[in-house]
Amino acid sequence: MISNIYTFYRDGFRSMRVGKKLWAIIFIKLFIMFAVLKAFFFPNYLNTNFATDDERAGHVLVHITQSKKMGEHND
Amino acid sequence: MIEQVDLSQVNWARAQFALTAMYHWIFVPLTLGLSFLVAFFESIYVKTGNEEWKRITKFWMTLFGINFAIGVATGIILEFQFGTNWSNYSWMVGDIFGAPLAIEGIFAFFLEATFFALMFFGWDRVSVKMHLFSTWMVAVGSSLSAVWILVANSWMQFPVGMAFNPETARFEMQNFWEVLFSPVAVSKFSHTTSSGFVLASLFVLGISCWYLLKGRHQLMAKRSIAVASVFGLLAATYVIFTGDEAAYTVAQKQPMKLAAMEGLYVGERNAGLVAAGIINSAKNPGDEQPAFLFDVKLPGLLSLLANRQFGSFVPGVDDLVYGNEEEGIVSVASRMERGRQAIAYLAAFKEATDNENEVASQVALQQFNIYKDDMGYGHLVSPSDAAPPVATTYYAFHIMVILGTLFPLVFLLALYFLHKKTLEKQRLFLFVGILCVPLGYIAQQAGWVVSEVGRQPWAIQGLLPVHVANTNLTTGTVQTTFFIFLGLFTMLLIAEIKIMCKQIQLGPEEK
Repeated sequence: MISNIYTFYRDGFRSMRVGKKLWAIIFIKLFIMFAVLKAFFFPNYLNTNFATDDERAGHVLVHITQSKKMGEHND
Repeated sequence: MIEQVDLSQVNWARAQFALTAMYHWIFVPLTLGLSFLVAFFESIYVKTGNEEWKRITKFWMTLFGINFAIGVATGIILEFQFGTNWSNYSWMVGDIFGAPLAIEGIFAFFLEATFFALMFFGWDRVSVKMHLFSTWMVAVGSSLSAVWILVANSWMQFPVGMAFNPETARFEMQNFWEVLFSPVAVSKFSHTTSSGFVLASLFVLGISCWYLLKGRHQLMAKRSIAVASVFGLLAATYVIFTGDEAAYTVAQKQPMKLAAMEGLYVGERNAGLVAAGIINSAKNPGDEQPAFLFDVKLPGLLSLLANRQFGSFVPGVDDLVYGNEEEGIVSVASRMERGRQAIAYLAAFKEATDNENEVASQVALQQFNIYKDDMGYGHLVSPSDAAPPVATTYYAFHIMVILGTLFPLVFLLALYFLHKKTLEKQRLFLFVGILCVPLGYIAQQAGWVVSEVGRQPWAIQGLLPVHVANTNLTTGTVQTTFFIFLGLFTMLLIAEIKIMCKQIQLGPEEK
């Protein structure tokens, strides 16, 4: 059964024409997304800066109760 | 940290999210619709045993595969942005969105790993009926996997089935079914998926028109147009009905959005629907300037659309911002006052809880519960902040409606010319057919602009404005990732168009 499934997928991938180029694009895209963008540019802000859920909840509560009003600028 | 909130950073984060969502939405509607068209083509092949239909099926399946491969996982980038740019929002809605998005992820994985593989690899390896079943499962499954993200979006537009927990600062789900079957979710799902069917039909029609203009693959092109036009005509007609239902739902649940869609500032009875008009861009809520530089209205139809009743009152932006006592509409200023009370009691609750003062926390909680429904309004500075960008919403809505009215006529004409056996001689129509492909995409994007720009300033309607949902990052950080995405998406789009065009140029496999 498992052997049949393996053969099915292996033969399917081998017989691809346009598909090979598409798989290459998918892998390059996933690599850029996860190994570059996620790793270096998109940290999870709350998970990175706070250790526990209580701290995260506390931070968000402070933010929504003390945040500046719409239209207020720093300058 | 909080003192450093910068609206330009919020707008860059908005732009980044819009860019990613709009790019993602280039692929999704085509996947939704083309999967069904491929299933129709294959069903005809299985029914007739005619090998030409198999060639047709395989050709469109290849284009479906290209679109799917380039588009796959682009939606995940939106989730990256939730965690980084929209961390407050992400935290607050985690309990509501977690389940639907997890279901979508698991569902999509199993669908893709099994039925996609059978569909693409299974020709000559599984029975004809099993292959057809797989193709249909991909079509049905694609639409079902869209349910969850559309439910999540609908909840932001009309938050139901939840309660805000002031201890955890999270909206917690109270009733899954209320979230799943909210009127906004139902109308959004039916309108969005059926519009995807229209886009795919236009895609098949447009490419087939190109073949006819070139005098290539004429039998395949005409057969493809026949199926796509029937499907497209049915879907486009259905889109008109679901659009009507969606507009009615907007009128009932998000009246400010409807007012912006129609450029209606001063509410009226027997309100007219704008057939054509140029918005006065200098107009602001509450001023005396005319809303339009030029407009043609169809009397009474907006009242009918909004309330299913001629002569009924449709509130305008001014009524919703400044209130209308006669019509029982509370002003934004009044709701801002209640919102500030909610925020103040929430702060008092937190302080009392931190100090372990049980009595004070209970008192603050009771007071918070009185005002909590207007919590988001407490973050606005001016009542007019509650109005979305009217011109953008208005033009996007009317572009969508005009194109949505044009498409059924195109499908009808295609069927007429096919019936008269003159389609390949109608060069002007064939050019129009090709032009309808980009027009279909424009209609799709315009629809989302209406949905998302029209609900500003809210991330969650009435409860959380966008600028509070945002993480306090530096503008430069968000700008950097914006341009990275712009570059990445442009490259991927060029890759798709090149591969797609090459495949179209090659045409179906030889017999």
